[in-house]
Amino acid sequence: MTKMTSREQILAKIRVNKPSEKVVLPTNLDWENTAFDDNIQRSASQRFAEVLKSIGGEAIEAADFDFIKKEIDTIHYHHVINLLPNLEIQGKDIREISDAHDLASVDLAIIEGKMGVAENGAIWLDESCFGGHRVLPFITQHLIIVLKKENIVSNMHKAYKRIQSDLFSIGFGLFLAGPSKTADIEQSLVIGAHGARSLRVYLV
Amino acid sequence: MKIGLFIPCYIDQFYPKVGIATLELLEKLGVQVHYPLSQTCCGQPMANSGFAHLTKGCDDNFIQNFGSFGTQHFDYVVSPSGSCVLHIKEHLGGNPLHSDAYPEQVTSLKNKVFELCEFLTDILKVENLNAHFPHRVGFHNSCHGQRMLGLSSMSEKVGETFSKPLSLLGQVNGLTLADLSRKDECCGFGGTFCVTEEAVSVKMGKDRIADHLSKNVDFITGGDMSCLMHLEGILKRQKSTVKIIHIAEILNSK
Amino acid sequence: MTHSLTHSQASDTFNKDESRVDWHDESLWFIRQKRDKAAFAIPEWEELRESASQIKENVLANMDTYLLEFEQKAQKNGIHVHWATDAAEHNTLVLEIMQKHNFKKIVKSKSMLTEECHLNPFLEKNGIEVIDTDLGERIVQLRNEPPSHIVLPAIHLKKQDVGDTFHEYLGTEKGASDPQYLTEAARQHLRGKFIAADLAITGVNFAIAETGGFVVCTNEGNADMGAHLAKVHIACMGFEKIIPKIENLGIFLRLLARSATGQPITTYSSHFQKPRAGQEMHIIIVDNGRSTQLGRADFRNSLKCIRCGACMNTCPVYRRSGGHSYHNAVAGPIGIILAPNLDMKQNNDLPFASTLCGSCTNVCPVKINIHEQIWKWRQIVTQEGYAGFEKTQGIKLMNTVLSKPKVYRFVGKMGREIMRFAPFAVNNSLNKWFKNREMPDAPKESFREWYMKQKM
Repeated sequence: MTKMTSREQILAKIRVNKPSEKVVLPTNLDWENTAFDDNIQRSASQRFAEVLKSIGGEAIEAADFDFIKKEIDTIHYHHVINLLPNLEIQGKDIREISDAHDLASVDLAIIEGKMGVAENGAIWLDESCFGGHRVLPFITQHLIIVLKKENIVSNMHKAYKRIQSDLFSIGFGLFLAGPSKTADIEQSLVIGAHGARSLRVYLV
Repeated sequence: MKIGLFIPCYIDQFYPKVGIATLELLEKLGVQVHYPLSQTCCGQPMANSGFAHLTKGCDDNFIQNFGSFGTQHFDYVVSPSGSCVLHIKEHLGGNPLHSDAYPEQVTSLKNKVFELCEFLTDILKVENLNAHFPHRVGFHNSCHGQRMLGLSSMSEKVGETFSKPLSLLGQVNGLTLADLSRKDECCGFGGTFCVTEEAVSVKMGKDRIADHLSKNVDFITGGDMSCLMHLEGILKRQKSTVKIIHIAEILNSK
Repeated sequence: MTHSLTHSQASDTFNKDESRVDWHDESLWFIRQKRDKAAFAIPEWEELRESASQIKENVLANMDTYLLEFEQKAQKNGIHVHWATDAAEHNTLVLEIMQKHNFKKIVKSKSMLTEECHLNPFLEKNGIEVIDTDLGERIVQLRNEPPSHIVLPAIHLKKQDVGDTFHEYLGTEKGASDPQYLTEAARQHLRGKFIAADLAITGVNFAIAETGGFVVCTNEGNADMGAHLAKVHIACMGFEKIIPKIENLGIFLRLLARSATGQPITTYSSHFQKPRAGQEMHIIIVDNGRSTQLGRADFRNSLKCIRCGACMNTCPVYRRSGGHSYHNAVAGPIGIILAPNLDMKQNNDLPFASTLCGSCTNVCPVKINIHEQIWKWRQIVTQEGYAGFEKTQGIKLMNTVLSKPKVYRFVGKMGREIMRFAPFAVNNSLNKWFKNREMPDAPKESFREWYMKQKM
């Protein structure tokens, strides 16, 4: 008899030991407008902005790209990467960077978000948002995301419904909610652990 | 209505006044109360220490005292202890390995055993106690009664707020209830835990007491004398003037 | 036991510094309160818990099918899938990947599995540098301590302790203890490590059968900093981390961070599906006792755990004994029900480190009946003969007394008489109750004696 591989051993033991009663998966995942902790009616984007603020980020309503450009022009960073073609901001062209490690000096990255979630202030980003380098939104010192208000959904169930089919094809994606943070020293909240030190979201 | 009065062993031995208050209160409310004389202990101390397989003797004795045999029959079995009632509900008849002489009695007893407060609110539906207790009182939620018998809502669970014992205390004239900062934290008694984990047990008790003391209570009450015995031990060591009192004594006060 | 102290002994030591116990208790209670606030803001919270529980129950019954589906999809996505029956095999697999590439440097984000497998000491013995990159984990790593909490590894430390450690190892100013300053120092220090690392190890919060992808949640961004820079990424997962569908994530991600810290979601919830161009990605699926636990009908649903740590934050015993008193990678209530399966000889004291108050069960986002399992482990531990001679004899005697009405009445009366007339017989150093508590007053007559007089 040939020795079973670890894979076969584990699977065989699971088959013997697993419970026989089958529990069906829940199907009702359609909770509406949840996590709204008071009775004030808000639009999804208002709620998104409130929650984002509570987790250390900042949301700004922007009438158009000119507004965003004017705002960003007032902050002076040395090394900027802008991935929005319609936003005229001077910066380095990410296509010239072949090694992701070279992004370590990026001060500000400006990218476009795919979808926002009102209940938790998270923004869905996938590989198409990073200019070829997954590490960009993490390694940059500061992050600006431009998000269309129409792409904000109320909760995570609705969010997954939207990205469901993408998740079969993309290589990487994430929900990003606020700047990097930690409370590992005496539960004191410190913004800027390993990822971006700040997150600003322009809602257009 | 005829009930069997189930008095936990430590109340029988150390706090007879709690048994007396329970009996008087139930009789005042028109219930025919009978105390089976050969009762001892529900078996909880052994079972919670990991010796449930040894509790058959206690189980059988409980069943003989409170089950239906010949002319002996109780509509309900009532006890002034959430913890002991929980043990009967969950562990009477013990470990399935044990042969059980009275399987029907076990099922029937599990359904008719009630903790005192829930018996008053759910079965007797008491709305006017005519009790008088002009003091500032802190209520200690005992875990077994609260979280396992569901005597009140729990701070962890999202839902409606309610409390059977507090609804009864609300009927007591003159009583002022303290608003604790941790409404349902365990006191640290925990059965044999109180000696096997002495340091944590005592610290938990001290912390519970500090919460009550910070609200200037005269009395700490609750539905389980075991928790209260532990808190009383600490209060006395601290030479505190705050007293402990079982909820049955307050509900029975005139 | 290889650990030096039982839970009770370690707690005794922990409680020597009462103000520090108060501080520890308050820190964790604060997190419990944040959890409550987050949960109570969601009207369907209890339905979410129920749904999460159902999904996990479904997983337990279909574990093999989902794992195979996951393996097949992951391989199709270009991920190498490995299986490890135990900790040693897991560790060897990691080492072999390192050796194959002739790598020397690893950055690792939080993974309780690698703690469970004692991966770090194994790799270090083999000449490999492993850097824990979660701030809390880095702190305890520098101090050569295990984490004391699965979500908050350094919750047992004060900022002055961290300041001293950073002064010694990272060269921060002596006496400096400002969390902002210390965190910045760690950021600079670890940026260097991220840039220099050959390989990144991450844990797995959820692995999705239908896509072959997996999700890693962090607040700091350390998992992503490591994984997206290193040439090779290894994700290590206990096999119970599998879930069937993408849509299930909606439920779990709503519950996880709210239960853990009261945040609406972690800062980063990263969905890894395929390696990036030129990168190598591995997944190690680990058993290490899980398949045995799956066969224990009373305990299998401990495998539903999503490692949020809510049961620890709410546990009144954990808060007053500290994570290290559990001498196990996973402490607190969930540790109590996982540890005896791994090693009953080492961990038979843990099921008794609980008052069975049930708060853990109520906060658990996947509805594990934790306190009931603690009760059941007590029965197993005792029946396997770990109760000890003294305790067993004591309980047997107690049982004899309590199951025989006449003996009970006699002993009860005797006891009360002794307490009334010879209190020194009970109030002494042998009586642990008496150490910090007075004994109850012994009444002249029992309830039964009163009843006989009054009512018969």
